[in-house]
Amino acid sequence: MIYLDHAATTPLRPEARAILAEFAQADGPFANPASTHSLGRQMGARVAQARAEFADILGAQPNEVVFTSGATEADNLAVLGRARFAQTQGRRLVVPRTEHKAVIDPVRHLQGQGWQVDWLDPGSAGVCSAEQVAGALAQDTVLACAMAVNNETGHEHDIPAIAQLCLDEGVPLHVDAAQALGKVPTQVLPGVGSMAFSGHKLGAPAGIGALYLRGRPRFGVEPLVFGGGQERGMRSGTLPAMLILAFVAAAKAAVSAQESEYQRLKSLREELWDTLAAQVPKLIRNSPAQGSSPHVLNITVPGVQGDSLRALLPELALSSGSACAAAQAESSYVLRALGHDDALANASLRISLGHTTTLVEVQAAASQIVAAVRKLRSWHPEAE
Amino acid sequence: MIYLDHNATTALRPGVLAAMQPWLEQHYGNANSQHRAGRLARQAVEQARAQVATLVGCESAEVVFTSGSTESINGALRGLRPTASRLVGATEHEAVLEALADCERLPVDGQGRVDLHFLQDWLRHHPGALVSVMAANNETGVLTDLTSVVEAVQGVQGLVHSDATQICGRLPVDFRSSGLAALSLSAHKLGGPKGVGALVLRRGQDIKPMQRGGGHERGLRAGTLNVPGIVGFGAAAEQARQHLDAEAARHSAWRAAFEQELRRRHPRVEIFGAEAPRLPNTSFFALPDWHSEALLMALDKAGFALASGSACTSGTDVPSHVLTAMGIPAQRALGAVRMSLGHPSEESELHALLDALDAIVQPTRNGAAAYAGLLNQ
Repeated sequence: MIYLDHAATTPLRPEARAILAEFAQADGPFANPASTHSLGRQMGARVAQARAEFADILGAQPNEVVFTSGATEADNLAVLGRARFAQTQGRRLVVPRTEHKAVIDPVRHLQGQGWQVDWLDPGSAGVCSAEQVAGALAQDTVLACAMAVNNETGHEHDIPAIAQLCLDEGVPLHVDAAQALGKVPTQVLPGVGSMAFSGHKLGAPAGIGALYLRGRPRFGVEPLVFGGGQERGMRSGTLPAMLILAFVAAAKAAVSAQESEYQRLKSLREELWDTLAAQVPKLIRNSPAQGSSPHVLNITVPGVQGDSLRALLPELALSSGSACAAAQAESSYVLRALGHDDALANASLRISLGHTTTLVEVQAAASQIVAAVRKLRSWHPEAE
Repeated sequence: MIYLDHNATTALRPGVLAAMQPWLEQHYGNANSQHRAGRLARQAVEQARAQVATLVGCESAEVVFTSGSTESINGALRGLRPTASRLVGATEHEAVLEALADCERLPVDGQGRVDLHFLQDWLRHHPGALVSVMAANNETGVLTDLTSVVEAVQGVQGLVHSDATQICGRLPVDFRSSGLAALSLSAHKLGGPKGVGALVLRRGQDIKPMQRGGGHERGLRAGTLNVPGIVGFGAAAEQARQHLDAEAARHSAWRAAFEQELRRRHPRVEIFGAEAPRLPNTSFFALPDWHSEALLMALDKAGFALASGSACTSGTDVPSHVLTAMGIPAQRALGAVRMSLGHPSEESELHALLDALDAIVQPTRNGAAAYAGLLNQ
């Protein structure tokens, strides 16, 4: 099995594994970091250190980091928490249609409660321009959203430009950076109010993530979970110290390798694309060579059924799009937003590379995909 | 270090991490992906769901995985019958009290048992209400008479949610026959990993989603499933169930001997909730003239990890709300120290604790009460 679904989840990094191994020892640490005995205080100090290191990666302050159970919770907290906090100032949001479901679904929920949502259509560019976001901001807009890297296509929003215009307009920006950290340069910027991160997308275990919440000027959100007052009251619940330490260890490793990995994955992706494009006529590239994170190559194979294609690729772990939407039998709303009809959107593959991906894997995957497409097209030549 | 704070958190049970390992190392598929790695992960999640269901006596389909008890409790208290009146126990964990900061409190007696007369009176004016009572208190270990509570609440077509974080894995739980609408539990309190828990929700019971975005967990709790955490939770639940009777019997006997000896050596010791049915592993006590922080500091130096109550509120100089609700005066409540046993505990640790307490308290008796008095200020 060749694993090319790193945008869904990626294997552990050695740095995260070392933390797990330490905790796995018979006499390994396990105390509650909120306990006041020395075991608890030692654990609390390690969590504080990890928080400081994570903040440092982002160019943030330690008290601006809230650990969550993952990016979905972080996105929910940013969107719903912001809405509850700011509803007296206005009940309007600006949201691109191609955001991850962890943003889209809470936004739709707010819409059901009477909030105005200005949905932005990215069009064939795949992303919304800063001017497009700024142009949609109204007097009563209390939050704009823009994901750093799209999970299906890898398209990158120009966050610095969007954040600057949001800052000029005085509307905070929420950035879903689950696919960005460790893949593309990711730092908090003055116009960014909040930023969501996921552990398991960068080589930590699942079940841990973080939300950056700007301290000054304060990005106000109401907590969604109460009880115990951990995380300065923003997110109560026993802190999973092992997961936090593994997350930060993996994040540090991913960020320090980011530049070299960027180049490496880019050349692997272009190798993959060149091989496929040379052998599969009419292949459509949904992830542009410039302006998308190099870990994703989303392609459309006109004239084949996506399900059939994936069924002919039993040795490749890849996906049709977001794993979060895989259970729902609808075509990708991200690809439809790019202008594909249902048939084209369904005929797509998301191939996503990660820290363990090798050239050999990519070459083998390419030849398997080529063979599968040829087989399908030979069965249904008229469909071409 | 002798660890006697298992109600705050406990070590992973043997084999739990080994069960998680393959899901951390080889099969790292997203459980919602359709390729083989994803399908394998999904199977492991479903096996764990069955293991948790067996522990609490419910159907697998009634288990919704969350990030822990706090999330489960918040989800239940906000999401069940949103417009109904709400009543929560006065000694509940902060997760309950803060999730419903403005709602009425169900008082308890001097032993921490809920006031059933108050409940019946209140229900007469609040038909269809949502009532939340914990199955076992995290500080005193006092058990709630859930059967009577459920009977009273069902009499007015109401719903009961129970925070069962401390009882699961320590005493038998049977959700099926309990009449509860929902129950919250946590993996790390029963020897599983931190960062995972469950809400057990009765089949057919409506609830608002806890987290949105992707429709995982039947649309109730969106977010990539924490596969290794869930597998660890399942393994711990299975082990806890296998050892439940033996652990409960052993802890109960050790605790009885400990408390008997504690009373013999310190006749003025007060043990909170000792007259009520309690969890077998918990003893919440106060020695006269000792502030809990001073005693805990001395114990810590002597190599013992105990707590003054909930880890979630430790480090504050406010008396435990649990003891306050039981009518214990602040001065005595501020002396309360909690000893809680867990699966790795040994009886000799309690003998050592008794001796350490003697050594710490002895100089005070001989005239150094000023030290404790100073810390009491």
